Amino acid sequence: MKYAFSFLAVIALILIAGLGSQVPGMQYLFGIVIPYLAIMLFVGGFVYRVIQWAKSPVPFSIPTTCGQGASLDFIKQDKLDCPTKTSEVVARMFLEIFLFRSLFRNTKSELHDGPKITYESSKWLWLFALLFHYSFLLIVIRHMRLFVDPIPFWLSAIESVDSMLQIGAPTLYLSSLALLGGIVLLFGRRLINPQVRYISLNNDYFPLVLIFAIAVTGILMRYFLRTNIDIVNIKNLAMGLVTFSPVINVKIGAIFYIHLFLVSTLLAYFPFSKLMHMGGVFMSPTRNMANDSRAKRHINPWNDPTIKPHSYAGYEDEFREFMVDAGIPVEKELSATKDEA
Amino acid sequence: MAVPKLEQLSKSVVQGPSLVTGAVPTKDWMDVPAIFKPGNYAYPAKQEKVEYLNSQKDLNFPNAREWSPEDDDWKLPEGWQDIILKGLKERLDKFRSLKIFMDCCVRCGACADKCHFFLGTGDPKNMPVLRAELLRSVYRNEFTIGGKILGKMAGGREMTVGVLKEWFMYSYQCTECRRCSVFCPYGIDTAEVTMMLRELLHLVGVGINWILEPASNSNRTGNHMGLQPHTFKDNVDFLAEDVENLTGIKINHSFNRKGAEFLFITPSADVFAEPGLYTAMGYLLLFEHIGLDYTWSTYASEGGNFGLFTNNELMKKLNGKMYAEAKRLGVKSIIGGECGHMWRVVHQYMDTMNGPADFLEVPKSPITGTTFNNAASTKMVHISEFTADLIKNNKLKLDKSRNSHVKATFHDSCNPARAMGLMDEPRYILDHVVDWVEMPENTIREKTFCCGSGTGLNTDEIMELRMRAGLPRANAVKHVIDKHDVNTLSTVCAIDRATLTSLMNYWNPGCNVAGVSELVGNALVMDGENRQELDEGLRTLV
Repeated sequence: MKYAFSFLAVIALILIAGLGSQVPGMQYLFGIVIPYLAIMLFVGGFVYRVIQWAKSPVPFSIPTTCGQGASLDFIKQDKLDCPTKTSEVVARMFLEIFLFRSLFRNTKSELHDGPKITYESSKWLWLFALLFHYSFLLIVIRHMRLFVDPIPFWLSAIESVDSMLQIGAPTLYLSSLALLGGIVLLFGRRLINPQVRYISLNNDYFPLVLIFAIAVTGILMRYFLRTNIDIVNIKNLAMGLVTFSPVINVKIGAIFYIHLFLVSTLLAYFPFSKLMHMGGVFMSPTRNMANDSRAKRHINPWNDPTIKPHSYAGYEDEFREFMVDAGIPVEKELSATKDEA
Repeated sequence: MAVPKLEQLSKSVVQGPSLVTGAVPTKDWMDVPAIFKPGNYAYPAKQEKVEYLNSQKDLNFPNAREWSPEDDDWKLPEGWQDIILKGLKERLDKFRSLKIFMDCCVRCGACADKCHFFLGTGDPKNMPVLRAELLRSVYRNEFTIGGKILGKMAGGREMTVGVLKEWFMYSYQCTECRRCSVFCPYGIDTAEVTMMLRELLHLVGVGINWILEPASNSNRTGNHMGLQPHTFKDNVDFLAEDVENLTGIKINHSFNRKGAEFLFITPSADVFAEPGLYTAMGYLLLFEHIGLDYTWSTYASEGGNFGLFTNNELMKKLNGKMYAEAKRLGVKSIIGGECGHMWRVVHQYMDTMNGPADFLEVPKSPITGTTFNNAASTKMVHISEFTADLIKNNKLKLDKSRNSHVKATFHDSCNPARAMGLMDEPRYILDHVVDWVEMPENTIREKTFCCGSGTGLNTDEIMELRMRAGLPRANAVKHVIDKHDVNTLSTVCAIDRATLTSLMNYWNPGCNVAGVSELVGNALVMDGENRQELDEGLRTLV
């Protein structure tokens, strides 16, 4: 019942913001102080984590080669999966980061009588992950309209594509539906797939529930709970935040403060959680290195040059007689060593 | 420990209640202790082997003692928790991979059913993600803010004896094959995690004999088998005689010869035991065929490196002999025989650890003139690369019909496939020497399945585990046996030659295991040969 904790935690967060923001004066806390703190934690934490990673060296060249390497002229290299040039590594990383290429490889194994094991292509996780990440990205980009003035053309273009079905007023964004769908599918997978369910931690359920609540409060605010929700006022606050001159001089509905508080929580939580995979995926040595370790020497900063093999001299000293008897060449003949002795 | 009958195990794998067959454990994994009983653990290292290694300069193998995993008290040293946690901190600072892999896993489960140990045992802790969580949980508790504040709520747990025992059990039920890393969206490589676990365990004197004994042999005598120079030479001489009896060709080989053009290094198992012997006979014939100026070494008589399965220092120390001997003998470059983990070390570690090999030249085939630029810095070329180039340039006289008794398939060994990208060279060779077919797509190349006994786990006391872990490989072989009447599993790995033989005998009796170079040797037409009717190639008894 690990997921239950996550629901309880998010409900508690909603209550804190919903009730707290209604206390006179507390709007400044929820509308200004907490968002600033959250952003600081996010940026500071993210940078800190990346620096912490970068501080540890990559002592060895350890790419996972997923195709034929560069060798003889007549052997065709798989440049994407076994890159040697930087451009090839960049291409591999691009496909990994933007198209989740490794997940695309996924197979599902099944054991049958015999025994017989089968492996079928299984693209569900890849599909759910793409749906979730891209709709989330689109929504983040859409929100940029709150922080810039005038709104650039490309942003309006994205919005009109996102709402091209023209359903309802205000028009329904496809990305909102996609995000909710993506979360439900990923969450459902965690519950239904016995292997994934067994490995899941609070740390896995909580961000999903939190992002779900962020999406739901956003949708409620846009379409349903519109009392005291005026986009102009909200944009004023947002512009004030980015220009470091925030003011709140009108009443904004509690649903807005709830939404904002949940987003702040996500930002603050991000650097201290598995969500840092966003940064880590760029730095994974099995993916971002070229497979050229025999052609170019990779340097290990902590390599200890004093570590030497058990010496040949020591070896010959121990086995000289046997070697001479067997006709194996030696550095020091038996007589010579006897003389020394 | 008796291995269960084939029928029993076949039934147990499919129907036994396990996570892989759909039965979900009722207890959280953190509440399930590791319980050791005969057959589920490899024997601990003998006290004298640990003492020997610890006595060597640069090496640290403390707490040598008699102990058994079945005992409650493992006789851990005073303050062992601090030793482990300090060791972990040190390794987090030395390996970015470890830090990233501890922090980035989202537990998506893509790796879960990619592990041969999980497929064969159904044990949840053999899912790569959970194997890593065994360490990650301790990491979180000690080194992350969330874990320090929230503890178990955030997936953290204390370093206890129970956790240490779990580490021992599951870091030795992983062959560091890297298959999970192919499927992970962040490339998390369980091999990196398992290596760290094994290093940490050695800090408190927990290790297995099947690894530490070969490693100490290798340090002293030059090879895992512990063959002393004269014995090593005798073994190779016997093989040369066998070749002469079979083909009428006298083999000119040498040992520790200064001034040879190439130093040849292969796993010592190839000169020691069947079926590796036939692969070694293949090497001898091939080099004779082209008149190569090369020498064997008794000092650097081991291609393999069990140091890779213990810790960095030992790996480096053992590997150092290759360059040291190449320098002493004054050769131009090195040719390496067929081996899996040897090539992981040579390809990804050797130059970094023990280079630069500026006293050697970029390997160049004296027969074809081809320069192996892919080995420009390491100066060591793989026998399959070397042979494929010879075939491409029509420098070998081959008669494929001499392998007409063979219908082969090819097993990609984990390390050449996933830590080197050597996949098509052996295939190119096979195309020219034998009739062969591929196994199913999801079980070859980068998706190949381990033999189930790599990283020093090919010891008899865990035979049932090995047969379970090897099942995915064996099952794919069975597929091509049933469909194409395959009778030979070919490979470019010495551990495979030993372990796959046991695996085939168990799951697919009648299927032989052969090195690719053995099949080359079978097919070679030698000048001046006086060859008998060899119904089974180099294996024919005369």
